[in-house]
Amino acid sequence: MAAFGSFALLIALALAAYNLLAGALALRLIATGQSARISPERLADTARRAGIAGFAAVTAAAFALIWSVFTNDFSIAYILEHSNRALPGAYKFSALWSGQEGSLLLWAWLLGAYGFVLRLTHKTDVKLYAYAGTILAAIQVFFLLILCFSAPPFALVQGAIPDDGNGLNPLLQYPEMVIHPPMLYLGYVGFSVPFAFALGALMMRYPGEKWIKVTRIWTMVTWLFLTCGIFLGMHWAYAVLGWGGYWGWDPVENASFMPWLTGTAFLHSVMMQEKKGMMKSWNVWLIFSTFLLTLLGTLLTRAGLVSSVHAFAQSSIGTWFVVFMGIVLAVCIFTYILQRSHLQSEHNLESLVSRESSFLFNNLVLLTACFVILWGTLFPILSEYVVGNKVTVGAPFYNRVAVPIGLFLLFLTGVGPLLPWRATSFKSIQRNFVLPVVVLWATVIVCLAAGVRPWKDGAIDTGNFYALVAFAVGAAVLAAILSEFLRGAGVIAKQTKRNLLASTWLLTRRNTRRYGGYIVHIGVVVIVIGLAGSAFNRSVESEMALHDKIAIGPYTLENVGATQDSNLNYNTEYAQLDVYKNGKKQFQMTPEKRVYLASQQPQTMVAIHSVPSWDLYVVYEGTNPDTQQPIIKAFLNPLVGWIWAGLVVLVFGTLVALVPSVKPAAQKGGQ
Amino acid sequence: MATPLRLTFWTRAVQAGALAIAVCFSLGATDAGSRFNDLGHRLMCTCGCAQLLGECNHVGCPESGRERNELSAAIAAGKTDREILAAFSAKYGATVLAAPTTQGFDLLAWIAPFAVFAAALLGTVLLVRRWSVSKKQAAPQLSDPATDALKQKIRRETGSDGGF
Repeated sequence: MAAFGSFALLIALALAAYNLLAGALALRLIATGQSARISPERLADTARRAGIAGFAAVTAAAFALIWSVFTNDFSIAYILEHSNRALPGAYKFSALWSGQEGSLLLWAWLLGAYGFVLRLTHKTDVKLYAYAGTILAAIQVFFLLILCFSAPPFALVQGAIPDDGNGLNPLLQYPEMVIHPPMLYLGYVGFSVPFAFALGALMMRYPGEKWIKVTRIWTMVTWLFLTCGIFLGMHWAYAVLGWGGYWGWDPVENASFMPWLTGTAFLHSVMMQEKKGMMKSWNVWLIFSTFLLTLLGTLLTRAGLVSSVHAFAQSSIGTWFVVFMGIVLAVCIFTYILQRSHLQSEHNLESLVSRESSFLFNNLVLLTACFVILWGTLFPILSEYVVGNKVTVGAPFYNRVAVPIGLFLLFLTGVGPLLPWRATSFKSIQRNFVLPVVVLWATVIVCLAAGVRPWKDGAIDTGNFYALVAFAVGAAVLAAILSEFLRGAGVIAKQTKRNLLASTWLLTRRNTRRYGGYIVHIGVVVIVIGLAGSAFNRSVESEMALHDKIAIGPYTLENVGATQDSNLNYNTEYAQLDVYKNGKKQFQMTPEKRVYLASQQPQTMVAIHSVPSWDLYVVYEGTNPDTQQPIIKAFLNPLVGWIWAGLVVLVFGTLVALVPSVKPAAQKGGQ
Repeated sequence: MATPLRLTFWTRAVQAGALAIAVCFSLGATDAGSRFNDLGHRLMCTCGCAQLLGECNHVGCPESGRERNELSAAIAAGKTDREILAAFSAKYGATVLAAPTTQGFDLLAWIAPFAVFAAALLGTVLLVRRWSVSKKQAAPQLSDPATDALKQKIRRETGSDGGF
C-alpha cells in the first residue's frame, strides 16, 4: 500500500504539472490570439480534465494512508509514529492529520476537492474558471512537490518493523480533534480559491463585477469553515488542556486568527466594490494577504520559528514555504503593477460619517488587529535578531493591546449599519442613535448595580473595566440591530398585514445577505459577552482527603471517593465529587486522569457542568506523591456557554446570508 | 455662538473622561493576594509548558511551585512589582516575563501597534477629506449620466442581490 500511495502522489504531481503548464499555455494563446496546432479551448479543457484526474490520484493516496492506519501497517514510518493497534477507529482516521506528512496530504486532498468542484462548475464562466483552475494547479504542484520529495507520508521504516506503533498524541485523542483540524484546513485551504479567482480576474482584466460575487460566496463558505475550526479548537483547548481557558494567544492560534481577520475585512469591503465600484485594489490585496497569511500560518506551525504548544507539528519544511511565499508575493505584485489601471475606483468617499466610511474604518480596525497579532507573534524573532534577546509575547500583551481594538470593532459593528450610504445628517444620527445610547447607559447602570465594578480595592480592575465596556457596547449593538429588524419588519407588517414575526422572516428572506449579516453580528455580540465573562473567573485548588469539601461560588464539592478503569488504549483514574448547592446534592462530577499505554503520557479529562450563567469546571490534577491524596482544581467560569451559543447564531447567520434572496416577482406572487 | 460653546463643553467632557480613565489605570493592585495573582499572570512557568505561572496546572511541575514560592516571598519582603519582575528576569532570563518590558527595544513592541493604527487612521481621514474636497470641485464635469447608467445596469445584472 505504501508503493501504491507513493505512485498515486507522483501521478497527482504529474497531472497537476500538466494542468498548470497546459492551462497557462492555453490561456496565453487565447489572450494573445496566436494560432496553434491544437485549439486553445481544447487544450484548456484537457488541463481542466487533468485537474479532475489529479483529485482522483490524491484521493487514492489519502485512501492508501487511511487503509494503512486501519490495517496497522507499521512498515510505514508515519503510521508507526502516529498510531497503534489499540487506537479507536475514529482516532485512527484522525491520524491522517495528526502529523506533518499526513496534514500536508490532507491539505493537498482538500485543495484537490475544492478544485474538483470548481472545475465541474466551469460553465459558470469558462475563461475565469480556467484561470482560477490553473492558479489552483500551481498551488497544488507546490504541495505535491513537498509530499513527494520533502515530507513523504509513505516513507518506510528502516530496519526491523516494530509490532506496535507509538500511538497518537494523547492531546489529540478527543472527539473534537476528529473535526477541528479538517474544519480549520477547509478554511485555510479554501482561501486558495478566492485567491485564485482574484488573481485570475486581475490577470485577464475581468470586465464587470461578476467575479467578485463568485469570490464572495467562496470566501463566505471558507470563512465559515475557518470560524468553526477556530471555535472547535477553542472548545478542545477548554475541555482538554485543563487550565480553565480557551484561548492562550499561542502562535498557532494566532496563525489561524490572522487570515480570519483579513477574510472578515474582505467580506465587508467587498460590498463597497459591488455597490459603488470602490476599493478594488484594496479588495484584491485583502484576498492576496489572506492567502499569504494562510501560508505564513502554516510556516509558523511547521517550521518551528516560534515556540508553541503545538510543537508536535514542527519540522524542516519551512524553507519550501518561504520560497513559495516569495514566489506568490512576486506574482501578486507583478500582476497588480501590470493591471492596476483596471482597478480604478468609480467613486470616492464623500463623507467621513457614512456607511462607506464605516466599512473603511471597520477594515482599518480589522487590519490593525491582524497587524497586532502578527507583530506580537513575530516580535520574539525580531528581538532575537536585532538585540540578541529572545522575549515572550504572551497573553498580557494581547490583552492590553488587542482587547481595546476588539471593543472598538464591536462599537463599529453597531454604528456601521445605522449610517446611510454617501453621507448623513446630524438629525439622522440623532434619530438612529438615541435607542442604542440609552441602552448602553442603562446597561452600565444595571451592571454597576449588579456588582460589575471596574475598580477593586480602590484601584482600577482592567478586566472588569473591559467586561463592563463589552456588556454595555454589546447591549447597544444588539439594540441597534434589533431596531433595524423591527423598523423593516414594521413596514412589511403594515404592507402585508402579517404579524411581526412573519414580517421579520419575510424581511430577512427579501435581503438575506443584509439580515444574515445582522444575525452574524448578533452572534458576535453574544460571543463577546461570553468572552467578557472571563473577567470574573474564579478558581480554587485543594488536596482533598475522603469527604473533604471545597466551596466555589454557590457550589460545594465533596470528595466521595475514587475509582479506576482501564481499556486497551489507556488506564483511567476518576475522582468522584458530589456537588451541593444550597445544602442539597445536585449531581456528581467525575474528572479523569488518563495514562495512555502506548506513549505512557498522562492526560486530564475535565468534567464540566454548564449552565447559561457559568460553567463549573473541575480538573483532577493527579495525586500528591507524598500523601496519595487527589488534587482537585475547580473553576467557576461565567458565561462560557454564551461563546458556543454565539457560534451557533453566527453560523446560522452566515448560512442565511448564503441563501439567495427572494426576488421581487416571487414576493408579489407569494403575496 | 452656540456651536463653539457646545464644542468646548464636549471637548472638556472628553478630556475629563480621558483623565479619569488614565488616573484609574495608573493605580496598581494593593493587597498581597491580588498582587500575587496579578504578578502570576505577568510571569511564565519556565518548565516549557508555555503557560502563565498563575495558570500552570501540571502536578509535579519542576518549576512552577518553586517560582510561586519565590514570588510569595518577594511580595512578603515588600519588594515592588518592578523589582520582582527584574529579579525573575535576571534569574530565569527575559523569557520568564509574559510580555515585553517598556524599556529599550522592547518598548517598540508596545508602540508599534498604536503607531500603525494612528498612522492608518490619520491617513484614512486625510484621504477621505481629500476625496470629498476633490469631488466637490470636479463633480459636474466627471459625471457622465449615460456611462453611469450603463455601469449601474452592468452591476445590477452581474453583481449582488442587495448587500448592506
